[in-house]
Amino acid sequence: MKRKSCHGEAVDAVQIKTPEAAAENLNYKEALINLLFQLSDDDFIVAYRGSEWLGLAPHIEEDVAFASISQDTMGHAAMFYKLLEDLGVGPVDSLAHARTAAERKNAVLLELVNGPGTYIKEPQYDWAFAVVRHYFYTIAKKIKMVALMSSSYSPLAEAAARVNIELYYHHLHWKTWFSQLMSAGGEARTRMEAAIKKAFDTAGDLFSYGNMAGDITGFNLIDESSALQEKWLEQLKMVFDSVDFALPEQLGIKMGNGRDGQHTKDLEEALSVLSEVYRFDPAAAW
Amino acid sequence: MTAVEAKKVPDNLARDLVLKALYSVMDPEIPSVSIVDLGMLHDISIDGSRVEISLIPTFLGCPALDIIKGNTEKALMALGEFTEVDVRFIYNQIWTTDRVTEEGRLRLKEFGIAPPPRELKDGGWEVDCPFCGSPYTTLDNIFGPAACRSILYCRSCKNPFEAMKPVSNLM
Repeated sequence: MKRKSCHGEAVDAVQIKTPEAAAENLNYKEALINLLFQLSDDDFIVAYRGSEWLGLAPHIEEDVAFASISQDTMGHAAMFYKLLEDLGVGPVDSLAHARTAAERKNAVLLELVNGPGTYIKEPQYDWAFAVVRHYFYTIAKKIKMVALMSSSYSPLAEAAARVNIELYYHHLHWKTWFSQLMSAGGEARTRMEAAIKKAFDTAGDLFSYGNMAGDITGFNLIDESSALQEKWLEQLKMVFDSVDFALPEQLGIKMGNGRDGQHTKDLEEALSVLSEVYRFDPAAAW
Repeated sequence: MTAVEAKKVPDNLARDLVLKALYSVMDPEIPSVSIVDLGMLHDISIDGSRVEISLIPTFLGCPALDIIKGNTEKALMALGEFTEVDVRFIYNQIWTTDRVTEEGRLRLKEFGIAPPPRELKDGGWEVDCPFCGSPYTTLDNIFGPAACRSILYCRSCKNPFEAMKPVSNLM
């Protein structure tokens, strides 16, 4: 396999078809593992945050829909963790449950709490934030999956094609909520605008690949982050135009870059709750 | 010669046996439809007393997958022809609702689930009520009690019902 030169110009397209072939080049394998953690950790934590809404969504149909979407998303996380397991990184369950916050590579937007309280005690969750977060993420994920379908690592390219199909209904769902709440005016609009601001303040790492970006794109695992982010902003702009709202000027990483392991205490708390049963008996079969 | 080799049947006969066994493995959430009729079977590979089955998951997050894997292994071991059974899910094939067989569509309806619409017309659906056959139905929720199902309502016989959610390569 050829490595890219330091300026990142195109290299011969070499397809890596198996985990064994990926392991032949340590730099390739390391970049691949890093990217797979970004993808799996994103889906894992956002599916968890979605599942916390169970029984609390605005109406019963939404409860069913959101639960179903979160279940699909957890399935995607499991598949990406499985790709890591195939590379010898560790068993799926321990990758999902036993890693500390500092080891996680998810984007910070996806880990933030749904609102004050917990799902058991006085949940004052913010539905506007849920709609904005899941809508923005679904668009970003779809763009990534389409890009990954040309990944140099074949198992990842094939997995992305699978995930992409399942995103169709997720996208339709969140787009409907987003457009309707944005068009509703009054409190809905005010809260949506606040949620958009919050999302833009933290979502700067959604398309970041962190400190291994050079190798991740250099080995043609996925396209450059700037190109993908540009597509994301274009799509958002079209939707924002339709509801008469200006795209915020800047994407920030106010709470850190999750790709480099920078996270909030929200993630630490989530991990301690979600992995409680796993830690109780790590050897148990699920 | 071991006992297993002694009773070994020719591969083409073994294949028929395996297929028959696979037809007996039902979707735990739709017990009238076999995994073959759901279009989940990708490949059967037989090598002496070893059989390898590859299955295509319907939805990646489907919680029934582990149960299906277990039931498939049990059904194949019960044949008594194999000492080694390997059932695995593959991710390099895409499951779409076009893979559901004619028999599968009938069985879905029998269970009270409308089969998936064959064509998406302008993104819309045309689903007949599985109970009275009326086309006068409305979509209540794209998402249903299982990843592969949606909830609809029949305005003719006033029954809520479920339909298999159309999944296509065009999405």
